Amino acid sequence: MSAQYEVVIGLEVHAELKTDTKIFCSCPTEFGGEENTHVCPVCLGLPGVLPVLNKKVLEYAVRAGLALNCEIASFSKFDRKNYFYPDLPKAYQISQYDLPICKKGYLEIEVNGRKKTIGITRVHMEEDAGKLVHGGATIATSRYSLVDYNRTGVPLIEIVSEPDMRSAEEARAYMEKLKAILEYTGVSDVRMEQGSLRCDANISLRPMGAKEFGTKTEIKNLNSFRALQKAIEYEIERQRDILEEGGKIIQETRSWDEGKGVTVSLRSKEEAHDYRYFPDPDLVPVVIDPQWVQEIRDSLPELPDAKRERLVQEMGLSEYDAGIITGSRALADFFDQVVAEYNEPKMVANWIMGEFLRLLNANNLEVAESKVKPRSLAALLKAQAEGTISGKMAKTVFEEMFETGKEPGTIIKEKGMVQISDEGALAAVVEKVIAANPQSVEDYKAGKEKAIGFLVGQVMKETKGQANPGLVNKLLKDKLG
Amino acid sequence: MDLYKKTAHELSSLLQKREVSSEELTRSVLDRINKVEEKVKAFVTVTGEQALEQAREIDEKRARGEAMSPLAGIPMAMKDNICTKGVTTTCASKILYNFVPPYNATVTEKLLEAGTILLGKCNMDEFAMGSSNENSGFFPTRNPHDLSAVPGGSSGGAAAAVAADEAVFTLGSDTGGSIRQPAAFCGVVGLKPTYGYVSRYGLIAYASSLDQIGPLTKDITDCALVLNVIAGHDPKDSTSAPVEVPDFTRYLVDDVKGLKIGIPKEYMGEGIDPRIAAYLKQAAAKLEELGAMCEEVSLPHTEYALPAYYIIASAEASSNLARYDGVRYGLRVEAEDVISMFCKTRSQGFGEEVKRRIMLGTYALSSGYYDAYYLKALKVRTLIKRDFDQAFLKYDCLLTPTSPTTAFKFGEKVNDPLAMYLSDVCTIPINLAGVPGLSLPFGTVEGLPVGIQFIGKPFGEGTLLRVGYALEQNTDLTKPKAQMEGVI
Ligand SMILES: [Zn+2]
Repeated sequence: MSAQYEVVIGLEVHAELKTDTKIFCSCPTEFGGEENTHVCPVCLGLPGVLPVLNKKVLEYAVRAGLALNCEIASFSKFDRKNYFYPDLPKAYQISQYDLPICKKGYLEIEVNGRKKTIGITRVHMEEDAGKLVHGGATIATSRYSLVDYNRTGVPLIEIVSEPDMRSAEEARAYMEKLKAILEYTGVSDVRMEQGSLRCDANISLRPMGAKEFGTKTEIKNLNSFRALQKAIEYEIERQRDILEEGGKIIQETRSWDEGKGVTVSLRSKEEAHDYRYFPDPDLVPVVIDPQWVQEIRDSLPELPDAKRERLVQEMGLSEYDAGIITGSRALADFFDQVVAEYNEPKMVANWIMGEFLRLLNANNLEVAESKVKPRSLAALLKAQAEGTISGKMAKTVFEEMFETGKEPGTIIKEKGMVQISDEGALAAVVEKVIAANPQSVEDYKAGKEKAIGFLVGQVMKETKGQANPGLVNKLLKDKLG
Repeated sequence: MDLYKKTAHELSSLLQKREVSSEELTRSVLDRINKVEEKVKAFVTVTGEQALEQAREIDEKRARGEAMSPLAGIPMAMKDNICTKGVTTTCASKILYNFVPPYNATVTEKLLEAGTILLGKCNMDEFAMGSSNENSGFFPTRNPHDLSAVPGGSSGGAAAAVAADEAVFTLGSDTGGSIRQPAAFCGVVGLKPTYGYVSRYGLIAYASSLDQIGPLTKDITDCALVLNVIAGHDPKDSTSAPVEVPDFTRYLVDDVKGLKIGIPKEYMGEGIDPRIAAYLKQAAAKLEELGAMCEEVSLPHTEYALPAYYIIASAEASSNLARYDGVRYGLRVEAEDVISMFCKTRSQGFGEEVKRRIMLGTYALSSGYYDAYYLKALKVRTLIKRDFDQAFLKYDCLLTPTSPTTAFKFGEKVNDPLAMYLSDVCTIPINLAGVPGLSLPFGTVEGLPVGIQFIGKPFGEGTLLRVGYALEQNTDLTKPKAQMEGVI
């Protein structure tokens, strides 16, 4: 049955730009801060104030557009999107309507080994609204609500995709790639949980082979990759059930209820706002100098796709490992910095993919929050390669590095974990072990190769694990002829 | 010595010679306010104590020999839609009855910097929407020449205050004629500068693409002095023009020789009081006598200006006035939920004319009507601008009546919005084109002042001041105030 319908998905993504100041005033954009402290007459929309565009916002929007392969408009303008809501102090949002700063871009995703290009319709600049804090559960059921305008006027870009995605996996892959690109270009913190990256999904189904789009629903409140994927999967099934029973999809806005795992109706098309967009007469049109665009283009960093290619081609990493490592700029930068100190890319990749990501995930930390610095990891790997410590020790040391941020050398010294590779020092222990285990010695001499393992183990035990196991093995074999 | 009667430039020289102090002068004007305000009602707020304190500070500075601007120590007032830090700024609307701005408008900052003394805030049509001051949310201002006549609007309080000597000068704002029409009705000089010449930062918006702050003064010289202080680029206003500002007093020369003045025939037709048209011809004759050349010109798209203006201005207003929702400041009418609170606050806070324009503008911007109304109005605006560009290829300035009639009686047009709108038919196209317009008193009809309007090229204020100055020097028709005695 499921082959009967084709799924059509388009995403609208809002990313907060990490400029120091707001889009039309000089208030700080810093996250957190006591309520209503990052405000001024301009972002509060007091009577008589006027907006002045922060040029950094324009630069970041152009930077994002270029990284998404967009055309940059030479002439662009701001429009007012009019609607009433207590968190919107002017009762209009300054946004861009028919002349966005960037359009006609694309990015590439890969799902189950298949590459696909997803079109980007447009990227435009706008201002964020404030935050409502309800006395009760919702604005409707609360006796009162409070408003925090700290976020009001924080710059956003809205990135609108073409309806090119055909599954929840593709939507998720698009979102992951978009997040990585925005992070690489340095224009946004892209933290979904803090709301600096937000996503709405438009979903419709149509009979396989049909040209016309089906009626779509828009899903809001998708604030994690998991929510994005689950909500789309749910909505596809919901729509399919309706269609298969001969029903009609109602064009509406729905919200993802994470707890219940369902989408619920917010408002229908009839209740939709008429935003009465018109050019903001308080702002002048934005005229872009192509020379300036070129300068921004020249300053773009290596982007995820190119970096991944380089890791595979030049460093011999697997496609999978390269994909994970370049999935975030922070991780990719970490990798690059370790490799710069210790040029064994595969070994470095194994450590990052293994221990590092394991501990980050277990502790729910971002790369930037890690106490382990690239230089320290490189030092640890060097110590292991030089035989100072064993692989097993290295893992123990790393765990402590991760917890305390201490240098590997310090930990090794403190714990006396230095591997004993001195033949003279080990010879005595070997003698002692041979003397204490005559049965095993007999077994070995009788041809039971396995017995040597037991003896090595005994030496390790005697040396509290510090003996170089390879060397012990060699010494034992020498002694026992 | 009736100090309050004098012009700013006369007072400036008295202050500089220390023949009078700013405190004496301020007291004189405050006394005048006390005496006539009951009849004129030009002020929404009078800040007497603060004004005297400010005046004393200026006097002390002068005593210390500090450098002073020409307007230092001169008492003035501002229309109540220009933000004054710590002083209530209401737009003469119930919805902002208690709004105290935490910041100064750029012009306020500049005038205080120049040492002028703020006497208070002037009455107006609510949110600058109206042509008679009858739309004030508080009370109407009366025309000092005839208390049964309107002072014009929307800067009616600012014009009446100057005419009644309740302020040496005032600042008004002009969106479709709101400085020039009341200046004409009250017999004072009123200038709407080129769009972008004076910062709009802190001017509570009616229609952002048309609003402009300008002076209302007793004569042309004062107009130049005030313009010197308030004009100039402001980084806080994106629409502010990045141009150099000259010293406007250098245009105060009694010489119009060789000046080419066009008289648009579309402004002289039906609806214009023939006695006003006659004065206009008399002004033209005087200018020719002084060496200027006057001839008829055509601005063919003039008749479309009024409808285009009401669509553009109302559209912008519908959005600009949306922020008055009861959430953060001003009036709040409590209700059971937030939407009802919005509705009740706005229903009770705004007056009839404001609501009419909000509805008109909301309609014009609605999906399905945008192209037919708003977009078309913008196209008309372009054509009107072109008319002026075309005319200015040949003429240095244009001459028209400021308003088709002199001040009308209270109640005469209040129930007929269209008749009221026609009062601005001569001034509206100038705002649409963004060019400067100056209204100069020129004679009276039945005791009520007549205003003539000079329209200049963009940033051509100097030429307007020059023509106005020459007429002032050569005819007493520019001084209608003499007939005012006995009314107030
Ligand atoms: Zn701010």
